[in-house]
Amino acid sequence: MSDIRTEAEAKPNATPKPPLDPHLKALENEAIHIFREVAAEFERPVMLYSIGKDSSVLLHLARKAFYPGRVPFPLLHVNTGWKFAEMIAFRDAVVKRYDLDLIEHINPRGAAENITPFTQGSARYTDIMKTEALRQALDAGKYDAAFGGARRDEEASRAKERIYSFRTPDHRWDPRNQRPELWNIYNGMIRAGESVRAFPLSNWTEVDIWRYIQAEDIPIVPLYFAKKRPFVERDGMMILAEDPRLERLPDEVRQEGVIRFRTLGCFPLTGAIRSSAATLDEIIAELETATVSERQGRAIDRDQSGSMEKKKREGYF
Amino acid sequence: MTAAATALATSLPQEEAGLEPARATRDSRPLRLITCGSVDDGKSTLIGRLLWDTKAVKEDQRATLERDSSGRQNDLGLPDFALLLDGLQAEREQGITIDVAYRYFSTDRRAFIVADTPGHEQYTRNMATGASTADLAVLLVDARAGILEQTRRHATIATLMGIRQFVLAVNKIDLTGYDRARFEVIAHEFREFALTLGVRQITAIPVSALKGENVVHDGRAAMTWYEGPTLVEALERATTRSAQAVGFRLPVQRVSRPGESFRGYQGTVAGGAVKPGDSVVVLPSGMEANVSKIVTFDLVRNAAVAGDAVTLVLDRQVDVARGDMIVAIDSQPMTGRAFEAQLVALLPDGIEPGKRYWLKSGPRRQRVVVEPVSQLDLSTSAWHPAERLAMNAVGKVRLVFDEQAIFDGYEQNRMTGAFILIDPDTNDTVAGGMVTGRRAEIGGIRKDDERVVLSLPADLADRLMASEIFASRRHDADVRRTDAARIARLLAALD
Repeated sequence: MSDIRTEAEAKPNATPKPPLDPHLKALENEAIHIFREVAAEFERPVMLYSIGKDSSVLLHLARKAFYPGRVPFPLLHVNTGWKFAEMIAFRDAVVKRYDLDLIEHINPRGAAENITPFTQGSARYTDIMKTEALRQALDAGKYDAAFGGARRDEEASRAKERIYSFRTPDHRWDPRNQRPELWNIYNGMIRAGESVRAFPLSNWTEVDIWRYIQAEDIPIVPLYFAKKRPFVERDGMMILAEDPRLERLPDEVRQEGVIRFRTLGCFPLTGAIRSSAATLDEIIAELETATVSERQGRAIDRDQSGSMEKKKREGYF
Repeated sequence: MTAAATALATSLPQEEAGLEPARATRDSRPLRLITCGSVDDGKSTLIGRLLWDTKAVKEDQRATLERDSSGRQNDLGLPDFALLLDGLQAEREQGITIDVAYRYFSTDRRAFIVADTPGHEQYTRNMATGASTADLAVLLVDARAGILEQTRRHATIATLMGIRQFVLAVNKIDLTGYDRARFEVIAHEFREFALTLGVRQITAIPVSALKGENVVHDGRAAMTWYEGPTLVEALERATTRSAQAVGFRLPVQRVSRPGESFRGYQGTVAGGAVKPGDSVVVLPSGMEANVSKIVTFDLVRNAAVAGDAVTLVLDRQVDVARGDMIVAIDSQPMTGRAFEAQLVALLPDGIEPGKRYWLKSGPRRQRVVVEPVSQLDLSTSAWHPAERLAMNAVGKVRLVFDEQAIFDGYEQNRMTGAFILIDPDTNDTVAGGMVTGRRAEIGGIRKDDERVVLSLPADLADRLMASEIFASRRHDADVRRTDAARIARLLAALD
């Protein structure tokens, strides 16, 4: 599972990969431009790395942007301690393989105050273990720019976010006071303590991400591919039943089925979907006929209407 | 089909029947468009309809929509599309859209990025922002109201920002009883107006966004008289802008030096094309070199064209820094310390004459003093003299730099002709601008212009300068007051 050799490398006689189609090429060019601009303008950039498919694409683009040089900034993984085990194994293999600098941060309050997805509501858990943890890590590193893999098509409040999203010294986002962004000219001027979140994937859609992963042969966590896996049903979600910390409630039965994940996060808060899509072709085919959005499996977005905007104002990535 | 629509349609290859392109590959880059119109014109409904009928809205989003819009359904049982679009809570509560939002949808043929901007006239800045990256503008009018002053303003701003393709969506056509004559009067009026702006690529479409007629699906059942494209068909056929026909430009974002043996210049090609062996000049230093390699992650390439993010290696050691521009030796941009430009003032403080701003163009950032010259009256399209520019004003200005600046005219190259102004006190982006030309270092005289020297009595000169025609071109004229004896000597020297 930590084997991240790509399909092309597994097949030494494979023909060279064809050039990207103009659509993906345009998105790639835009993202590389943003990476280079931020790396040149800011003193201490960092890349937020969540191990998911968008992060995998983001990392691939960073490697392309700075080639033949090394990626000139560290990766920051804000861990909660509740990620899927396969995600952590994948992360460590990627870091080693691509010679990256990884910083991992877990909010110490998690262990000290026993804050878990089971003992808290998902809103409070996310606030402490993700939003607060991110603020801690960004403050500790004194980072003035943080790359993120957010896309504008993900959620309504993201649709209005800039590519350079300005944050106050306490990491707040003020949606009413964003800098106008014209052409591909980005304003990176900030005062001490202020920072910018930069989103190179702003104009990508979920299908673009998958098609790019396929075209560029980018390794991703195997949980995205359908396989027979154990799960329990809880609050209408299929929760992976592999981690021993998952305590089964009285009426829950451990089941098995062919499932996969459309997004990855903390395993107790991330629902699987029933799917037999075991290859990239099958995932893309499934997506093009999909009738639900990818965030549907995420408990944290459904807590309250406008919940993403609330979290973002408070500094959530 | 209308004449203009036919021209647009026939200028593009038609798909052969039966050869549906696979959804998995796209043969063009995404078309970027801006939608202009007011809430009353049904803009949210139109965009909602585009997303809905192209299946860009998923079921859980529908569920949220239906939950949130409790009671706010329209009479076709569809949810309130505005809720789908208004992403920010504050806006939702006030029921207005205040900023630019980006939407994504696609068809089998092409992907689209929509900049959705509000229609209220105060928000010229948002429209300018959305239009800056757009290939095409969709102007929405209410069929009952026809072309309004606001429509003309939107078309003017879009043209100013470089858009040369318009779709006129004549919405709520159902409420006129699908009146063909009404549609044609509106389309004709708009074409006449657009011609004054120099825009010829116009497709006018009768639409009912509410009923979904001529948006994604055709409205033939209700409008047998209309044979032109649906909105989506018109968008599929539109052209994306390309800067490939002009001289090679590489604004340098960063110098890559991973080791002593490698030195590459990283940036996005902003015009033309380049290949190994080409002779180039580094500006502003003027040093010459040849391209030895074009490096990318995938392979060493034998050419790069406008839009490509590349790393260029030159054949000799020259001094190149971020903000410099590597350009074709035989087709160079303008360099100088004084330029003329048009700009849109984006923030409440407007543009103050004589203030030293930061100007950023591509990766190049330098100090500039901005001198406003005139301001565009958007309702009459006339330019009036102006000394300062308030928020939302469109103005002509002079830019005076401390050191050499490098630009192309915006009409020739959108990337190397555009800039933003940053207020050094607040770090805010206060203007977006487009360079129109270079000025000679002194006076208002350009080297190649044909000029006329007039010698007039002072009172006549004053009357002439007070006229509208003179005021509108005040920045083109060079006026000196002197005595008759000196003028006589000067004119003698000219003969």
